[in-house]
Amino acid sequence: MKIVVTSSGESLEAEVDPRFGRAARFVLYDTETREVRSVDNRQSLNAAQGAGIQAAETVSGMGAECLLTGHCGPKAFRALKAAGIRVYTGAAGTVGQAITAFEQGRLKAASSPDVEGHWA
Amino acid sequence: MTVAVASGKGGTGKTTVAVNLALTLGGPLQFLDCDVEEPNAHLFLKPEIAEVDPVQVLIPEVDEERCTACGACGRACRYHAIVSLKTKPLVFPELCHGCGGCALACETGAIREAPREVGVIERGLRDGIRFAHGRLNVGEAMASPVIRALRHMADRSLLTIIDSPPGTSCPVVASVREADFVVLVTEPTPFGLNDLALAVAMVRELNLPFGVLINRSDIGNSAVREYCQAEGIPLLLEIPEDRRVAEAYSRGEPAIQAVPAMRESYESLYENICREEARQSLRQHPKERTHADV
Repeated sequence: MKIVVTSSGESLEAEVDPRFGRAARFVLYDTETREVRSVDNRQSLNAAQGAGIQAAETVSGMGAECLLTGHCGPKAFRALKAAGIRVYTGAAGTVGQAITAFEQGRLKAASSPDVEGHWA
Repeated sequence: MTVAVASGKGGTGKTTVAVNLALTLGGPLQFLDCDVEEPNAHLFLKPEIAEVDPVQVLIPEVDEERCTACGACGRACRYHAIVSLKTKPLVFPELCHGCGGCALACETGAIREAPREVGVIERGLRDGIRFAHGRLNVGEAMASPVIRALRHMADRSLLTIIDSPPGTSCPVVASVREADFVVLVTEPTPFGLNDLALAVAMVRELNLPFGVLINRSDIGNSAVREYCQAEGIPLLLEIPEDRRVAEAYSRGEPAIQAVPAMRESYESLYENICREEARQSLRQHPKERTHADV
């Protein structure tokens, strides 16, 4: 399974970025191949509006099946849901720790956005 | 002639200047309050609103039968108002600028454009002043479509005074871009100067004749005057701080009603506007003036 974690850096040791749309990077971890790959999110980070939607496009393009992040707003949630990506909020610590927490069932699947949308 | 009253900084006195200039000149003229996120000129002009018209933006509607989920619509939209993630597109109406790009990009004709109301235009009359303002619906994010609708319904043959929103972003550009002259209202403080410089950069980019009005001119420091002198920007008027004006404002009364002698200031403001408009238009190459509609 391919898991994407919002991250401040490129590796499993990097801290989780609690934001989704304006996260610094996305780290992808493949549970079968144990491959780690990261993608820059600068484009969404600098967008005036629609950062969450653009980030969802990026994460979908990475082939993610699950997303681990701190918080997720309404537009991003809608886009991720449409792309068939399960969202888990409340991720913290390092990317590796967040993946372990997810694998141990300690992160909760979000059934709705957990924060309000914000206008620039 | 169309005179737009704008400012980088909020709260410098745009509405006060626009309203008192209009009342000093008297009808027939047209007054457009383009600050559609929080219009307030009507509180002072007190027009009788006679007409209310909706403002609509065209947003995409997807025919799922025809859609092949190719994603072309999403790639065409720079605002992420429509997105296709290997699925039928999702539409986010509040982000849509109504440009129609997605419908053009769709090769199967699956996208139809449907109107969505984002605000209203209210029109009325007061002593020969034809008043109109836009009101953006609560919760809407984009003011420009309402401002453009307001500008387009205006009668171009009439002397027109525009009360612009504060700042230098899209709604301000939409308000001032077709004006013949822009009055930039500022206050002589570091904040006033910082935001004035931004507004000056904006009107220069738009190639619009402009001048500066310093409100509450006896507070702060002399940096704004020095800036204008160094930049060769004409000072149209200085209005000193006056408690009677502030008290009148708090009651919704125009300054010239509280202090009738101020009429002379606004008369000289208009003379300076006319003189500067003529001088700066002559200096510019006619081809450089852009009046393109958006």
